[in-house]
Order: sequence, then structure tokens, then C-alpha cells
Amino acid sequence: MDVLEVKFIGDGDALEHIVDKREGMGGSHCSSASECLFFSGWLTVPVYSKNKDVQSHSGAVQKMVRLKSPPGRRDREQDGDGNGFLGEQNYIQALGADSMEDDDDGMSRVAGSSIFTFQKVKRGHSMAQTASELARTPAKTVTFGAAPDIEPSTPTRTGRDQRSESRTPQRRKKVQFVSTTPHRLRKRITIPSLRSDSDSELSPSDSGEEVDEDGEEEEEQVKKEDKENLKTPRTPQKGLSAALYKTPAKKSKTTCEALSQPGMVEEYFEAHGSSKVLTSDRTLERLHIPKLDRETLVKLLGGKPSCYAKEIQQLHKKHQKHFSKWMLQLQLGFSVLVYGLGSKKNLLEDFRVSHLSQEIHLVVNGFFPSITLKSILNALTCEVLEHQGSFRTPSDQIQYIAQTLKDSSELHIYLLIHNIDGLMLRGEKTQSALGQLASLPNLHLVASIDHINAPLVWDQFQQSQFNWLWWECVTFQHYTEETSYENSLLVQQTGALALSSLTHVLRSLTPNARGIFKMLVKFQLENKDNPSYTGLSFQDFYQRCREAFLVNSDLTLRTQLTEFRDHKLIRTRKGVDGVEYLLVAVDASTLMAFLENEDGN
Amino acid sequence: MSTSSVSKGCFVFKPSAKKKRTLSLEDHFTQGCEGAKNSETRFKLCQDLWDKIKAETEVLQDELYRKILDSLLDFTRKCSSTRQHSDWTSQMRASEIPTAALVLGVNVPDHDMTFQSLSELLQQSVSPFVASVQAKECGALKQLMKRVLERLMDTVVTVEDDDEEEEEAKQTSTQHHGRVHCSLGALCDWYSCQTKKSSNGTPGKKRSSPGGDGQQQPPVVIIFKDLEAFSPKVLQDFILICSRYIERLPLMFIFGIATSPSTIQHMLPHSVSSLLCIELFQSLTCTQHLATVIDKLILTHHFPFKLNAKVMQVLISIFLYHDFSVRNFIKGVQLALLEHFHSQPLSVLCCEKQEALRNATQLGCKDLERIRTLPSFKRYVEKQESQEQESLLRDDAHLKEVCQKLLKDLCKYHKNYYPTLRCLHALTSSLPRYPLGKQVRELHLICMEKNVWENEEYQMAMKLLKMLAKDELMASLQKCANSLESVKSKEMKKARVRLRELLAKFQQMDAPEAPVEDPVTSPVRDLQKKTDLFQLQKTLLEMNESRRAKKLSPFELLRNEVLEFIDSLVKNHLSPPEAQTLYEVCYYSSSATVRRHLNATPRMSIQAALSSPYYYLQNESLKTEGGSVSSAAPDICIAYKLHLECGRLINLYDWLEAYATVVTSAEGADADGLGQVDEIKHARFIRAVSELEFLGFVKSTKQKTDHVARLTWGGC
Repeated sequence: MDVLEVKFIGDGDALEHIVDKREGMGGSHCSSASECLFFSGWLTVPVYSKNKDVQSHSGAVQKMVRLKSPPGRRDREQDGDGNGFLGEQNYIQALGADSMEDDDDGMSRVAGSSIFTFQKVKRGHSMAQTASELARTPAKTVTFGAAPDIEPSTPTRTGRDQRSESRTPQRRKKVQFVSTTPHRLRKRITIPSLRSDSDSELSPSDSGEEVDEDGEEEEEQVKKEDKENLKTPRTPQKGLSAALYKTPAKKSKTTCEALSQPGMVEEYFEAHGSSKVLTSDRTLERLHIPKLDRETLVKLLGGKPSCYAKEIQQLHKKHQKHFSKWMLQLQLGFSVLVYGLGSKKNLLEDFRVSHLSQEIHLVVNGFFPSITLKSILNALTCEVLEHQGSFRTPSDQIQYIAQTLKDSSELHIYLLIHNIDGLMLRGEKTQSALGQLASLPNLHLVASIDHINAPLVWDQFQQSQFNWLWWECVTFQHYTEETSYENSLLVQQTGALALSSLTHVLRSLTPNARGIFKMLVKFQLENKDNPSYTGLSFQDFYQRCREAFLVNSDLTLRTQLTEFRDHKLIRTRKGVDGVEYLLVAVDASTLMAFLENEDGN
Repeated sequence: MSTSSVSKGCFVFKPSAKKKRTLSLEDHFTQGCEGAKNSETRFKLCQDLWDKIKAETEVLQDELYRKILDSLLDFTRKCSSTRQHSDWTSQMRASEIPTAALVLGVNVPDHDMTFQSLSELLQQSVSPFVASVQAKECGALKQLMKRVLERLMDTVVTVEDDDEEEEEAKQTSTQHHGRVHCSLGALCDWYSCQTKKSSNGTPGKKRSSPGGDGQQQPPVVIIFKDLEAFSPKVLQDFILICSRYIERLPLMFIFGIATSPSTIQHMLPHSVSSLLCIELFQSLTCTQHLATVIDKLILTHHFPFKLNAKVMQVLISIFLYHDFSVRNFIKGVQLALLEHFHSQPLSVLCCEKQEALRNATQLGCKDLERIRTLPSFKRYVEKQESQEQESLLRDDAHLKEVCQKLLKDLCKYHKNYYPTLRCLHALTSSLPRYPLGKQVRELHLICMEKNVWENEEYQMAMKLLKMLAKDELMASLQKCANSLESVKSKEMKKARVRLRELLAKFQQMDAPEAPVEDPVTSPVRDLQKKTDLFQLQKTLLEMNESRRAKKLSPFELLRNEVLEFIDSLVKNHLSPPEAQTLYEVCYYSSSATVRRHLNATPRMSIQAALSSPYYYLQNESLKTEGGSVSSAAPDICIAYKLHLECGRLINLYDWLEAYATVVTSAEGADADGLGQVDEIKHARFIRAVSELEFLGFVKSTKQKTDHVARLTWGGC
């Protein structure tokens, strides 16, 4: 008689089963494409190793499964429809990305698969933990050798982090595909101990971790462990391993789930499940130092010379050596494009001074917030080619430039663009116009890019027009000038500029107009604490102005408002009811200062 | 003059004319290249080679497109001639605008060259009136019209905007007499004027047929280079207008299409497309184009400059995976050429045989020293006897002699390599599953990597060849022999003779080849009897034995002989170039350089620099193991590393705090002060964040106070 037997299986056994199965899969000949996909390349399956307790409890768990992909599979175009991953790998091989031996400057790359990933769930506290880990990393020595006891047992994060570390091989170039240990499984191991101690609410003190219950609990466990480890680094097992098996009831269910769900999919949906973003509510107000304004910022930063100045100088020198090669390539019809971390303005400026001083050249600051295609073209036609008169469209202008350069083949113009990916130059039209210029045989282009997605601005056709040769120039110099136009969140906007423009414009107006404006300002200041304040409705405003004998008709007010609008002093917005609302587009403190000023006069 | 300003983004620098002294191309080449002594020669060699390659590719291009251009030209001629007939169908036809839809494929960068040669050819042989327009220049109908007129009539054309009418009118009346009103009517007048002029006065314009009635009019050809990019509205209007003038103006369109002919239907409604008489032309595929380019430029001994396997692989992969552009492939070759001559001082020997020998005699002692350090030469020296070794390393004159001999050998190797390669390809390219690839270039890559005969695929191919039937084998052998036909090398001639002999033998064998099947059929007959299972198994095994032991038929013997011959050819001549002495002189091998310049990965570079600054800043304090970043790293690296731990939004306060923790520890402060934010740290943090913002990792957001949004998900 068959009796259905329900047997309790310990964690260790369950995990061992998983490992065995994996090994079995790997050991047998990979025949199906999906298996190959999973196991091709050298892959390490870090079987979950969150903490020592689990490891020691089930000795077999900490196994590294290493499999080698069947060798000699070369990608030819006829089997191009093979599975995607193999394709990727071979592609990388094919591009020579893995050819260490001739990568002369020994640059190691980050694998593409680690750069282009999906969003993942991040626990609230991880940044602080990473910070403390980094802080613990002494600057001079290599840590892991020094403190082997502490490091593995105080993981900043769960297994995932360790994976991500193993995933960025510093000296290897091959893409390492690391199998994902099912996420639930990992979680399952951490959960039981916690279920027992509390289904805690969020503690109001640290509002950081409210991702989901599990995550938060995990965090707590980690913290607990931390403490424990600090106290008794040698024998951390006891308490936890006991806790681990307190509530075995839920397990069988979750095990099934874990085995049936591929981890990546789950992680993806977990990360995208809620649109709510969970971060702590702390604001910068908690800092006891006031917001810095631009000037103090510059002063503060200017005081101390950059660290690694020597190395940065070396890098700079290294790049300088290529200048004459750049010139050669430019004259052969290529365009030079420099990329890499760090401001390249100084480098290109050096190039300009040392090699272009004898040539006609044009420097364009692409990061300049009000640079336009028109100004570039005008500089070319008016100043370089000395053409009087204007052009109807940019394409006419380009045609004129092309024609002129064609007619006078002696004339060589060098165009040097800092940040060709700058905010104002990103547009399709601008880029195609620049591409047309670059394709002229006696116009030579040197440009730099910084934005990580900059290459996306060009399509194939434009790229071939530009005829780029890419040069990696990592300088590590600060983007001082490039970011100086940016309005950073952290920098106190002094509003000095806005204030002075306000006063200047107002001074040129009639007393009545000034009165009108002041009335609007006052009303806005009265409402400055009202978050739902959308502005003063036109009718209301008119009424008030009439009462103050400032205007006598609807029309006069409108004329005044047009004037304000032209000077960008006010903004109008249509409300839901179709009524116009008026707002002064300047922040409250500036307005306050403005009123004080006005009253003072 | 400084180039930073708060009010200006463009700075023009014009050097004063008198002290202007510009460096030539050669000076730039000489500056900063390896071994400057013979750089002039190298530069000249490089220039010559490049000019040769360029000329060759242009010729090739013309040849390749000749066919399609010819059919296009036929079409245009036909169109212009049908107008003359007066029967009903051609009357019907005459009201339609003849249109050639030219399907060019997705390799957009190459299209320019095609249209260039197309319009030149058209101008030469069909009609002087050819205008080509690009979508980019023609956002509106007015502009399109203007461009067409301008290009046809070669004058300035005014577009009359409504608001500027008076001003325009004034201008035209006063200063711009050359200006023409922008309309097709004007074009018609101009056209009739032109044709009258030419038929009366100057017959010089080449027109193929003088025409019976002298009324043969050259068509007006308008080429739309990129049809897909045009706005459908503009195109429709233009076609509608043109169809009104078709009686007065023999118009003709050519559409350049990158995707598929159905775009025409998508863009033009029936009412418009019915005005066109469309004929489809398919251009050569880009892979074919590449194959011919490789065939002519790379698989030949005429060009002394060679690419090694990896560089080839990189260039071909860029072609196959990125753009299908032959032009970019040639650009890659140009870059490799430049780099080779720039960085390899011994490339002075990379030229035609006679010149190379001459240059070898003039090598300086530094260059000879360089030869001695070449890995391939070292290998060669090790193989020599000790006395020879001695003299090779000491005696410069002797080395020069040996060098000449080696260069000759290298030359010979190339002369034999390529024919053998083609020969092998002819044999294997039709095998099932293509073990050695469909294209010659694949086989070439395999051969360059290592000894091809040790390759698994090669052995499989040989096995398959051994199973070929007679007619198939003979066909491929014939191809093989044909491929050797025009080769002048002595050994190849010998090989050809031998192949011919073997082929002849095959043909002779035809007659006495009937009674073969006998021994096999008899046991089969035995099987007819009733047997038990065991018996059956036994007989079957026996049959198998007998078949295996069976004597090979004369055909099989001959087949084996042929294949052995081929095998010996391969073993003799297809050894990889790396095995040749002095191969470094001709082969460019730095695939990484080519890849980095052509197919760069800026984002990867930035992220690598952020996550492991030690590669770039070789400072010991930055050295770490594993994926972590040292706390002494530059601010931006630390900020970056910390931001990786965050979700979609990042709390600036937390970020700052974490940052301060790291930085304080790096400064060696005691643990109590951890996380204290002072002004300088705050400022540095602000700078780091704004730099990250500039790079596109974060952006400011208004979703929550004091938060920034994260924009990337990968991390390392």
C-alpha cells in the first residue's frame, strides 16, 4: 500500500540537490541551445553563500561549479541565427575585445553585460553600508588579505553583491555570465530567522529601508550579524543557525517557487513592480551648514590642488604625444573624436595652441548654453570667409561654405568643438549640418564627447560623413568649465542676476507699470506658503489694479502684461477653468529682496 | 585669446598671413613616428599604396555598378524614345513620369558613391540635365523646387515668400538679374531654350541617337537620393506638379531606396503613384561588393601590405555587425595602412619585390638591430647552425644578404598562398554545411590563424570530399584548375599541370566502369531464404566485413590520389603567415588599435575609469582587488560607486553622508569624526555630483525634494 510520505528535508539537503542537479546538467553534454546558453563560457555559480552559518551547516553548499563551454564554436554568418548569447560572445571575440596580448596598454574593460542591465531592487541601506565598507578599506593596502575573518561575514548585501563583484573581472575580458541563483531561494534562507523575531513596522528613526518586508528584515539580520560578529568573530553560528530552523513550515512552498522561477525575470518585475520610489525622507536641511553659492564653491575647490596631480599630468603628457598623428589623420580626411572620463578642454586647448596656431581655426564650446548652429555657421561665413550679408536658411549657408571651400582648395579650416554632444548641439539638424561640414575635404574637425550616450546622436550616414577616428583620452580632469553653466541642485541660487534684471527692467517702466508689477509680487509673496497657489487670475488682478487706480481698462493691463511677458518677468498659465493665471517666475527670496530694494528707494 | 567666455561660444582664430607657415602632411608623419630616419621613404610608400588602393577600389566600384547602371541607362533611353511614338499606348505612357526605383540596401554610407558615379554616367551618356536632391535639404516643397532648379540651371533661384514679396521684387529688378523665378514653368522655358540652342548651334553635346526627326530630346533626370527620408507630403505635391508639365518637359525620376520597394506604396497614395511609371532595379548586395573588394585588395600578392587574422576579423565584424558599409571597410584598411607605416620602422621593406630588395641594402644599423629583435627572425636564427647564428647576429652585410633572401621567400610564399587558397576554396565551398566557410575570406581567416590542416573542420571537409560522387568531384576539380589558370608562379603551374592530368584520368575512366556491384548483390540474394535472427545478424556482419575489405575501385583510388595531392598542396603553401620569417614587415597586427579607433565604446571607457581608476592613474594607493574602489579614489569615482547602490531615485542627503564617511576615512581621520560634513567635503561632493550629471548618470528631478534620478542600471 502506498502511503504518501511527507518528509522534512533540511535546507542543506535541498541545496545539495540543487547543486547536484546543476552539476548533472553541466556534466552531460550540452545539446540543447538553451543549456548551452546557460553554461557557455567559464561560469562560476556561486552557490548561495550569504553567511558562514549556512556554509558550515551544510558543508557541501559552498561549491563552485565550473564548466567549460564546448570549444571551437566559431560564429560564421551562416549560423548567425544561432542563439543570442553565443552570438554575443563570439561577437566580442570577433571584435578582438578579448585579445589581451595585443592590447598594448593593458587596458581592462568592463564587460558589456555588466553595464547594460535591468534595474534591480536596491535596499535602502546599501549605500551607507557600501560607504562604511569603502571607508574601512584602507587607502594603502589591499583589504581582503588583512581581515579575512570579518570581510566575508559582514556582507554589505546578500549574495548578489558578491556576484557583482565576481562579475567585474578586472583583468579578464571575456564576458562572464554568472548564473543567477534564484532570488527567492536566497531570500528564503534569510527569512525564517526573522519571521520569528518580529514582523516589525518601520522604525521611524531610520526611514531608509522600506522597500519590502523581506528586504528590510534582511537588513536587520545583517545588522544583527554585524553586531554578533563584532562581538564574537570566531563563533557566530549558534544563535542564527538555531533561528534558521525555527519556522520550517513555509519552506516547501517557497522551494518549489524558487526552483520554478528563473531569478532574473523575477528580479525584473520586483524592481518594476511598483512605481513608488522608496528612499529616505531626509533632506539637505538636516545639514547644519548652509547651502553654498557658486562663488564660495569655486573658492573652496580652488584652495586645494587636486590629488593625483602627478598622474593626471602624466596622462595628459601621454595624450599629447599623439598630436602630430592627429594632424596627420585630420589632413588625410578623418575627423578626430576624443572621449573618456575627464575634461578634455585643456587637452584640446593644448593641441590648438601647439599645432593649430598657424592655421585658420574655429573653437566652439558645445557646452555653452546658448550656442546655436547659426552662430557656428555665422562665425564661419562672416569671420572666416569674410562674407557680408545674411543667409536665408542654414542649408544655404552650408552650401555657400562648401562652394567657397571647393573653389579655394588652398584654404584649410580647422574646426574644434568641445563637447559636440553638448545640450544645444544634440539636435538632429545641427548634427547633420556639422556632418555636412565635416565631410568637406578641406574642413577638418576635432571634437570631444562626454555624455555616456553621446554616440547615439549619429546614425550610420552621419557617422560616415564625420568619418570619425575615435581616440580614448581619459584625463581625470575636473569638468570645471563644462559644469559651470549648469544649475546644480546643491548650489544656492543667489538670484543676484534675476534681481538686477528685475530692477533694471522695472526702472525703465512707468510708475503705474511698476505698481502693477509690485502688486503681483506682493500677492505672490502673501501666498508663498500655499502649495496649491497657481497664480493670480487675470480678472482678480484687474480688479485689484482698478481699485488701486493703476489701470483704467482691461486693455491697458493687457498691454502692460505683454511687456512683462516679453521681458520674461511673468508667466501666464491657463487654469482648468480656462482662466489665465499670472505668476512671477522668480523665487520668493529674490522677490523679497526686490521689494525691500524698491521700498528703500 | 582665451576660449572660455560667459557670453560667447564661438571663437575664430586667424593667423596673420605673413608668418603663416604650415606643415605638410609629411612633416606630421615624421613627427612622433617610430624610427624617424627612413620615415620619408615610408611616408612615400604609404601614400603610394593608399593612392593605389583608392584608385583600385574606385575602378572596382565602377565595374560593379556598371551592370545596374547600364540597365538604368537603357531604361532612360527607352523612356526618352517612347515619347516620340504616336500610337495610343505610348501616348498613355507619355502622360506618366518614368521612374526608376533603385533598391540599394541598408548600407547607407555607400550610397553616396553610387549616386556620384550614376549621375556622372548619366550626364555623360544620356542627358546633361541631371539633378540629385537629398531629403535633408528639402523640408518643404519650395526648397525642393529650388534645389532642383538650381542644380539643373546652375543659377541662383529666388523663392518668393509672401511677406517679403516687395523686397524680393525690388531686389530682382535692381541687382539680381541672374535670378530666376522659382517654378516649373520657368524651368520649361529654360529647357526649351536650351534644347533649341543645342539643336541649332552646338551639336557638341553627346546624344546617342541623332534622331530621325531631330526632335529627340534629352530627359531631365531628378535623383531622389534617399526616398524614405522625404516627407510624403512634399513628394506627393512635387509629383503632382511635375505631372502637369510632363508634355513640355520630359522629366524622369530615380528613387534611391534603402529598405524595400513597398516604401513607395507607403509614401504615395494611388492617385499619385498612378502618375508614375515605375520600374524596379536591384543593386548589388553589399556582401558581394565586399567579397570583390577583398578579392581584389587583400587576397592578392600585388599589394605588399597585409592584415593579419585579427585585424581582418575586426574589420569584417564591423562590416557584418554594424553597417554593411564597404566604404567603412576601406576606411579601416586605410587606418591600418597608416598605422603600420607609422609605427613599424621596418615597413620600409613593405613594398614591391624589387624596391624592397633595394631598400634592404640600404638599411641602417638601427634597422638591422630591429630585424634581429623580430620574433620571427629570432625563430629563424635559432634554427640555423651556430656559426651561421653568429654571423647573422654580428655581421651586418651578411644579415642584409639573408634579409634579401628572406624577402624573396616571403614574396614567393604570397605568390603561392593565394592561388592555393582559392583552389581549396573552390573545392570546399560547395560541400554540405560549409565546413570551411562559404566565402573565401572565411577560409582565409582560418588559414591565417593556424595550420589549416590541423583544423577539425578541414579534416571534416576532406572526409566529405572523399565521399563525393564522380561528377561533383570533377566539377569542383575543374573549378580548381580554372582558378589556377592565370597564375604565373612556377609551382602553381606545376600544380595545374598535375591537376589537369588527374582530371584527364578521371575522364578516361568513364568507359570500363560497369561491373562493380557483383560481390555485394550475392549475399543479399542469400537473405531471401528464411533465417533466424542470429543467422541474419551473422550474415549482415559478414557482409559488412566483406564490404570493408573490398578492394577499392579505380575511381576511389584516383579520388584518394587527387585528395592527397590537394592535401600536399595545402600543407606546402597554406601555412599561416606568422610562421614566415620577417612577416612583421608586411603584416599589420594590432587589432586592438583598429578596433579602438573605429569601433570605440565611450561609455565602457567612462565606466571603467570610474569603477577602477587605477588603470589610468597608476598610483599605488588606488590599487585594490576585486570590484571595490579604494577610498582614496577621486571624488567622482566614490560618488559613482555609491550611487550604484541606489534605486531609481537617490536621496542627496544620504549620498552626501555616505560620501563624507568614505572621504573622512581616506583622510585618515579618527572614527568619531566619520560622516561629519564640512564645507570642503560638501563642495567636493557638489562638484562630483554635477560631473556625474554632466556625464549623464544622474539628473535632477522634482519628484521629491533633494533627490536626483538615476539614469543607468548597469554597474560595476
